[in-house]
Amino acid sequence: MTSFVKDLMRLRRGAWEMVATILIALGVFMLMQPFALWLYTYSFIVTLVGTVMFIIVSHFPE
Amino acid sequence: MSERTIDTVAAATPEKVARKIRGLSDRAIAWLFVGPTIFLLLAINIFPLIWTIQLSFTNYKANRVGREVKNIGLRNYERILTDSDIWLNMQATAHFLFWTIFFQVLIGFTLAWLINKKFKGNDLWTTVIVLPMMLSPAVVGNFWKFLYQPQIGLFNYIVSFFTGAEPSSFEMLGQVNLAPWSIVIVDTWMWTPFVMLICLAGLRSIPDYIYEAAEIDRASKLRQFFTITIPMVLPFLMLAVLFRGIENFKMFDLVVQLTGGGPGSTTELTSINLKREAFEKWRTGYASAYAIILFVTVFGLASIYVKALNKVKER
Repeated sequence: MTSFVKDLMRLRRGAWEMVATILIALGVFMLMQPFALWLYTYSFIVTLVGTVMFIIVSHFPE
Repeated sequence: MSERTIDTVAAATPEKVARKIRGLSDRAIAWLFVGPTIFLLLAINIFPLIWTIQLSFTNYKANRVGREVKNIGLRNYERILTDSDIWLNMQATAHFLFWTIFFQVLIGFTLAWLINKKFKGNDLWTTVIVLPMMLSPAVVGNFWKFLYQPQIGLFNYIVSFFTGAEPSSFEMLGQVNLAPWSIVIVDTWMWTPFVMLICLAGLRSIPDYIYEAAEIDRASKLRQFFTITIPMVLPFLMLAVLFRGIENFKMFDLVVQLTGGGPGSTTELTSINLKREAFEKWRTGYASAYAIILFVTVFGLASIYVKALNKVKER
């Protein structure tokens, strides 16, 4: 866990890609879940942030 | 010829003649080959994408060419993301996605595991299992429509044989509670072989010596399955799940042929709904925003897919 946080602080690709992946997965879940309309409303912005983040952080050093 | 003479001749040759003799540079040849592809990519993918993004902020209607186009900001996105009917379409898509992937992985992995055992007729069975995947979705949709017929359909008779229910007492494509399952069954039938092939590649990539070492350590077959087979096939399985997820998120042809989105809108997946908004209601700006939302979702999933693919490659 601490190495993950360290990698985040040092702008390492793996850790940030993990965060972006979680955001994308969360966004897709929010888009399709049957529980709350407000989750659906905010799903697009979460997916968009995750996707843009993924594109940016894939250029970070390993 | 000495190097000095070559240099002298080269210096004396007029530039026009020299160019003719030299021909095209490597860089020019590379551009010549790549150029048409880049042009097509820009014309067919990038330009429509940028145009769609631009249209998504307007009230443009493609069937009213002379009408003034107003910029309405994020209103299309706001309307889509607060529309409970579209939310229901998303849920129908989620139902379809979840269950197709669940059954395809379960059956696909089991089939791959069985096919991986060496037995007589192994190749023949692999070919037979792979056949549905090679058919056109339109053809599959049409003949499953016949199979689902309550009066003459084979499917109802098979269900009746096992359950004792009257064949004409239920209608797979016409009943609200059964229609979502009817499209799940057909997609599973068609695309399980694909998952099976990916799992088979994963199973065949496991070296025999790992199992032999496990045998020497007296690991049981069950233990070998859970500590060797599953972890080694997992990246391949993940790849199959992501690939099918992306494909089924865009599912259109098969479902249109089978149910047309009905009964009501129980099987109206997002892609069918999008087509209706764009080409039946002609709300082009609204449909563009809808398409962008779906595009970002698929693009996000595709990014994860590429990452998983690279991990598999690293193995």
